[in-house]
Amino acid sequence: MRRRRFQTSGPALECVLRDLNQNSDWVEVGRRPLFSPQLKGSFKVASTVVGATPEHHTGGEDPNRRDFIHIAATVAAVGAAGGLAWPFIDQMNPAADTLALASVEFDLSKVETGQQVVIKWRGKPLFIRHRSGKEIASAIKDNHADLRDPQTDEERHKAGKAEWLILIGTCTHLGCVPTFGGGDYGGWFCPCHGSHYDTSGRIRKGPAPKNLAVPEYTFLSDSKVKVG
Amino acid sequence: MSGHSNYEPKSGFEKWLDVRLPIIRLGYDSLVDFPTPKNLNYWYTFGGILAVCLGIQIVTGIILAMHYVAHVDMAFASVEHIMRDVNYGWLVRYMHSNGASMFFLAVYVHMFRGLYYGSYKAPREVLWLLGCVIYMLMIITAFMGYVLPWGQMSFHGAVVITNLIGAIPVIGPAITTWLWGGFAVDDPTLNRFFSLHYLMPFMIAGVVGLHIWALHVPGNNNPAGVDVKSKEDTVPFHPYYTVKDGFAISVFLLMYAAFVFFNPNALGDAVNYVPANPLVTPAHIVPEWYLLPFYAILRAVPDKLMGVIFMGGAIAMLFLLPWLDTSKVRSMRYRPTAKLYFFIFVIVTMILGYCGGQLPDNKIIPGLTTFQVAASDLNSVVWLSRLATAYYFAYFLIILPVLGLTETPLPQPESISEPVLSHSANAPVGAAASPEKRG
Ligand code: HEM
Ligand code: FES
Repeated sequence: MRRRRFQTSGPALECVLRDLNQNSDWVEVGRRPLFSPQLKGSFKVASTVVGATPEHHTGGEDPNRRDFIHIAATVAAVGAAGGLAWPFIDQMNPAADTLALASVEFDLSKVETGQQVVIKWRGKPLFIRHRSGKEIASAIKDNHADLRDPQTDEERHKAGKAEWLILIGTCTHLGCVPTFGGGDYGGWFCPCHGSHYDTSGRIRKGPAPKNLAVPEYTFLSDSKVKVG
Repeated sequence: MSGHSNYEPKSGFEKWLDVRLPIIRLGYDSLVDFPTPKNLNYWYTFGGILAVCLGIQIVTGIILAMHYVAHVDMAFASVEHIMRDVNYGWLVRYMHSNGASMFFLAVYVHMFRGLYYGSYKAPREVLWLLGCVIYMLMIITAFMGYVLPWGQMSFHGAVVITNLIGAIPVIGPAITTWLWGGFAVDDPTLNRFFSLHYLMPFMIAGVVGLHIWALHVPGNNNPAGVDVKSKEDTVPFHPYYTVKDGFAISVFLLMYAAFVFFNPNALGDAVNYVPANPLVTPAHIVPEWYLLPFYAILRAVPDKLMGVIFMGGAIAMLFLLPWLDTSKVRSMRYRPTAKLYFFIFVIVTMILGYCGGQLPDNKIIPGLTTFQVAASDLNSVVWLSRLATAYYFAYFLIILPVLGLTETPLPQPESISEPVLSHSANAPVGAAASPEKRG
């Protein structure tokens, strides 16, 4: 490896080597006149320089000064590239203003029993569903059915507010927006690949793996919620 | 690009340049003097057609980018502006959107050609792999391009496809957020897709360069699948194949023009002329026709992660193919059994394409209800997709590996010239003069 460098480097490297020639190892090469007629025109002649390289250089002894420079330069270059790679990757992550997560307030009195309103929150649809007594009952009845993502209905609404179901309206399969009231369980049906959700938003049939997600929200008053 | 060169610089300038940048020599060696098997048929013209397609997409794309605005509030309107107000904007956009379809049509023919004539076998494995890389880059480029007009299908297609990545355990969701630049497909997503959609065709162009380099080392395969033995077997690329390719390109462009001028929206989905609305998903989400087979495979598998793995696996099969096919005989002309399975394979990919465009619960035979297997009626699109998916994978993983060891191929000709010359003796006059007709 090192031998070949000598072969092709010619005068340029020797300039560098001249600076290093306090190190006795280099003296032999370094002393060669920089523009000797032999070196000037022909790489073949330069290869005689290789022969001049002391043999013990190629052995695996302790790192000498040149090894040190090689290693330090490589480490610095790799470190710099690595250090730059992260900003170049991370720039694609959500920006500060996107992260300054917006919250929305919503007036529940706008939603009739048995209806749902969809609003946009953080770029996604949010389902606000005013459930009828029958829908709540059927959700509770299925608490111990064979559920893919087992949860009781109580875990999916605020205590004492069973009529209000607030969910992120993206199918947990591949993110389509399920349609209200459809499917075999009367909750939602996702048209994209046929996922059925019940009236608690739990996945019952189809390819989706999880229940519709419940966002963070609080009741500000009986008729007002703040989501986020 | 390799081997012996017959280029002789004539003018003083050519001589001067040749010792400084031998670019004329490169062009001469690869496009004029390049020795090409003399039996190439029209299936071999699709490489040239593909190069033209890439050129058209780049030129029309750069023009569109002069008028397009990558912002969620303006993208849809800017495309309408291109269609209605920009001089000849309609033409450029229809060339670009139909050009993508033509590009895929050509690449599929090109790939089936390679599958049939065994062009992926030694010594052309790297050539084949580079082709697979180009195909993957094309898929990503077209997917991102389709998002740009920001219609309903653009938006919800982007949602569904980016959510696929979320299926990867542990790191999936973080990657999806990173890709979106937010918590949903939104303005940051549209902007980066535009940036990458602009970049990737140039990456494709780079890989095409490598692809041609890898072609010019072993030279073309040919319909007989046997190696070139002597100069007798070849003709110079120019004028023989420049003319043949040129004719094929012209016919192809005629068909392309027929779409652009007479039915520019035939291959697209009308729903994409509705502006994106994140709150309502269209009743029936489908990708563009050229991605339907993969979509069918995705939906054939009931589990989210497995669906994604199978879809990725379908492309991975192409990459592994050179090492899966155990037969030493390249061309399926001499492999009657393999030929049969190959034609079934072609039909199966078309069935998958058909299934990808249907709703999973649609019936194949209208009105017939059979029995339920794995929560779906056997007479449904989803079951047809499952059977077709099974054949797709079996073709690569079982049929080709086993067949190569068990089948008895027909005798191959000694050389490319042999069948032509031996036939001409007892064939009618003139038959030998047009050997390319043997397809
Ligand atoms: C491999 C080559 C390419 C393919 C397969 C491709 C594919 C596509 C597709 C499918 C669309 C959507 C068309 C529609 O329905 O409206 C599109 C749109 C677009 N592409 Fe490309 N494209 C390619 C190259 C380029 C290049 C090189 C540029 C820019 C330099 C570009 C710029 C655009 C722009 C601005 C749009 C949005 C306008 C529109 O939707 O018509 N494309 N591309
Ligand atoms: S996205 Fe809802 S079922 Fe696939």
